[in-house]
Amino acid sequence: MTGKPFRVLPCITPENRHFWTGGADGELRFMRCGDCRYWIHPPAPICPECLSKEIEIEAASGRGVIHTYTINRKEWYPNLHPPYPIAIVSLDEQEDLRLTTNIVDCAVDEVEIGMPVEVVFEEYDEVYLPMFRPRRGS
Amino acid sequence: MAEHLEKRAIVSGIGQSEVGRRIYGGDDRWERMPLDLTIDAALAAIADAGLDRRDIGGICTYPGNMDTPPGFSAVGVTELQDALRLELDWFAGGLESPGQLGSVIGACLAVAAGLADHILCFRTVWEASAQGDKGREAVTMGGGGGSFKARTFLQWSLPFGAPSAANWIGMMAMRHFHEFGTTREQLAQIALNARKNAALNAKAVYREPMTMEDYLGVRMISDPLCLYDCDVPVDGSTAVVISRADHAPDMPNPAVHVEAVGSALHGRPSWDQWDDLTTMACRDAGAMLWERTDLTPADVDLAELYDGFSFITLAWLEALGFCGHGEGGPFIEGGSRIALDGELPLNTHGGQLSAGRLHGYGFLHEAVLQLRGQAGERQVAGGPEVGVAAAGGGPLAGCLLLTR
Ligand SMILES: [Zn+2]
Repeated sequence: MTGKPFRVLPCITPENRHFWTGGADGELRFMRCGDCRYWIHPPAPICPECLSKEIEIEAASGRGVIHTYTINRKEWYPNLHPPYPIAIVSLDEQEDLRLTTNIVDCAVDEVEIGMPVEVVFEEYDEVYLPMFRPRRGS
Repeated sequence: MAEHLEKRAIVSGIGQSEVGRRIYGGDDRWERMPLDLTIDAALAAIADAGLDRRDIGGICTYPGNMDTPPGFSAVGVTELQDALRLELDWFAGGLESPGQLGSVIGACLAVAAGLADHILCFRTVWEASAQGDKGREAVTMGGGGGSFKARTFLQWSLPFGAPSAANWIGMMAMRHFHEFGTTREQLAQIALNARKNAALNAKAVYREPMTMEDYLGVRMISDPLCLYDCDVPVDGSTAVVISRADHAPDMPNPAVHVEAVGSALHGRPSWDQWDDLTTMACRDAGAMLWERTDLTPADVDLAELYDGFSFITLAWLEALGFCGHGEGGPFIEGGSRIALDGELPLNTHGGQLSAGRLHGYGFLHEAVLQLRGQAGERQVAGGPEVGVAAAGGGPLAGCLLLTR
């Protein structure tokens, strides 16, 4: 098998499939309101801003900044070895469009709040986990 | 203005089982299993209130019987009701409530509404025995591998190796450090203060002295949180009896009155989607509490504030207005202000960090002991009259303002 670490995977449902499988096409997809254009995450069948049910799936740029992070130092799972950075990334599209993720391709002591990052996917069966690495160029 | 009905409730009785690390007797013993511990706490609380079990008209608990995580909550209303053959007019248990003490707030409202005269509230944990010698890894969600798939809110964190509240709270603490310059040396005071107070509590799990050097030298769990920022799983049960205030004259112990409660959750109910990650749900619950009373933070003589992780206590101090938002670090710096003889004695029994993770109810139990003047060696001097008990971190928060 591959040298990939152990990952607990999400249960794929009609509501979250776009998010967890969009990486197959290299896209970080979210729900977005077809009326007021508000990005919705986690998925919900209604826009919390305008209550429209015209929900569309749309790819975000995949660029954002680290809003906060932690360096996990404890081994919670076999074959997922600490230390590794866990972060909440705020996407450029909308200040409150955020997700919990890992920061990759970056030394743990170089991770910092405000760091510009971009999405990169790790594939596990049909699931593509969106990770983020320091942004290259612009 | 609406009447604040919680003022019709009193804490009339308190009780607690034996508390400790893995006090379970073994596979062929039922003593000190969850129901046995619960019964000990319940009967103690009923007796402490001067009542008989036939007087108990209701049970409220958090969170009710759950299979997982192991030991998190192995007893619900049903088991206790049946074991004691209680005839109930009201009962409630559940995970979706304003923190662990949301169950007590519910009981206050039920007695105020006349659903029952006396309601038994309890919280039983058995995490130390259930985790065995493997520690918290033993209960990591999905750690068994295989076909487990993450659902609900857990799907957003488990795939990224972030199964623990230590990770989630660690990120909040990191943001607070970043915005306000809060330091590990400041945060350490929550742990050091708890340990100092635990030395005066015979039931506390960790009582040996802890120094700043010990704190800064111990291993990190999830930056900026180290091992001593995390509470310690124990076995134990805590119970309180909530009665309608007109019963106060019949009680053998001084009645502790419920002056106000805080149960609000206005921000998004989420660990990572919360609007301002330097605050938690306690921001909303704390603000609500002060809207329901003429008392102010300056009137409070002692604070028993949840410390599942040390940073949660700091968040509660800010949320309850003992200091401004972002000022928690300087407020606790040096530790003298929150010491047993300071201006705001904090977590006087040792908190969950040193006395054990009784999961919210330990703070209420301690606040009542202190307000009654029954806290023994660790009694706050001067006859404290006003105390706060608060529980919950992240999107969970509930608090009570209590008066003697
Ligand atoms: Zn909309």
